[in-house]
Amino acid sequence: MLSTFLAVLRRDLLLAWRGRADVLVTLAFFVIVVCLFPFGVGAEPNQLRAIAPGVLWVAALLACLLSLHRLFAQDHADGTLEQLLLSSEPAALWVAAKVLAFWLSTGLPVVAVAPGLALLLDLEQGALPVLVLSLALGTPILGLLGAVGAALTLGLRGGGMLLALLVLPLFVPVLIFGAGAVEAEASGTGAAAHLLLLGGGLAGALALAPWACAAALRISTD
Amino acid sequence: MLEVDDLACLKGDRLLFRGLAFRLQAGELLRVAGPNGVGKTSLLRLVTGLALAEAGEVRWQGTPIRRDREAFHRELLYLGHAPAINDLLSPLENLRFACAAAGDGSDEEACTQALVRIGLANQLDLPARVLSQGQRRRVGLARLFLSARRKLWVLDEPFTALDVKAVADLAQALSDHCAGGGMVMLTTHQDAPFAVAPRVLDVGAYAC
Repeated sequence: MLSTFLAVLRRDLLLAWRGRADVLVTLAFFVIVVCLFPFGVGAEPNQLRAIAPGVLWVAALLACLLSLHRLFAQDHADGTLEQLLLSSEPAALWVAAKVLAFWLSTGLPVVAVAPGLALLLDLEQGALPVLVLSLALGTPILGLLGAVGAALTLGLRGGGMLLALLVLPLFVPVLIFGAGAVEAEASGTGAAAHLLLLGGGLAGALALAPWACAAALRISTD
Repeated sequence: MLEVDDLACLKGDRLLFRGLAFRLQAGELLRVAGPNGVGKTSLLRLVTGLALAEAGEVRWQGTPIRRDREAFHRELLYLGHAPAINDLLSPLENLRFACAAAGDGSDEEACTQALVRIGLANQLDLPARVLSQGQRRRVGLARLFLSARRKLWVLDEPFTALDVKAVADLAQALSDHCAGGGMVMLTTHQDAPFAVAPRVLDVGAYAC
């Protein structure tokens, strides 16, 4: 059972490494979007400090969205998805492996560069650990929810746009609690409540999303 | 035994065929025939459980496949039109992943031997994107040599893009599988040199 999970995880990480240009593009997108804000709203440090949590979180969310369509598209096109669906192992298992590999190759780099960009926006240094923690808890939720959307829009014409329409509303709670955690920490009220809610959201998404995603994949390959 | 009863297939809003029924016993080789667009691939996908039938039922050893999908899939090998090969991986990596994902062992030695046997000894470590169509096809077909324990082989156009010798070898492998008590169901427009002439199911006879 674990062997299927590990095989899919290893393969997807290997593919991410061989196609690392895609990963770098996502990361560059994240950096550039954040860097655009000082140009747009002016380089007033107080203003930048105030919008920093929201800007970082929205940029991370968009970077995640940008690469979501890749999650199943290649496997769908070359027939690998059919073979996985014919595996005698539960589909939720390898779906979870795919999402984990996706997060490791897309979400984790975003989490890693976020503190550097936070300094650029003059976010209080004390809030940096909370920023990293909130992104580390929140981006896997984005990946899990997004995977369901990616599975539902698989093979559709204009699927990328539809995917955005489908999952962006679902990302709103994650954005509220993620950015809220950083703001709460910066304003001194403590981020524990927000982080606990994010953790709860992650546990819920982990328990439900792989099954929903597997069912969606069966529908869209029918 | 594979039993198919009163099967109907709806594609979009068009009924492709209805009332299709057949039995496949151990040791039998069934060739699904019919002109393009009649629903051969759709029939294969219905039999594997990848697609849902509009009406009718597919049973494996007497149990509807929808009721015990996992047991059925443990005994099924399906090679579809798309060869399930990723361009960034080598043939060996592709084959090992295919076996591991299906729940078979992905022993490197066995996979290498299967690829050598199907004529890819010199391409083991090349990325799949530099392979020709026929060679890509072979990477997928190499799974046949590692799937003898899977009773039912369902193959969609397995002979496409293969050279004459490879067609003969493949036909031999399929005949051997049937001789060993397995079942093969395939679509092809080619005349392949099977040891025993296959039974033919004409989907066109059930077309709407």
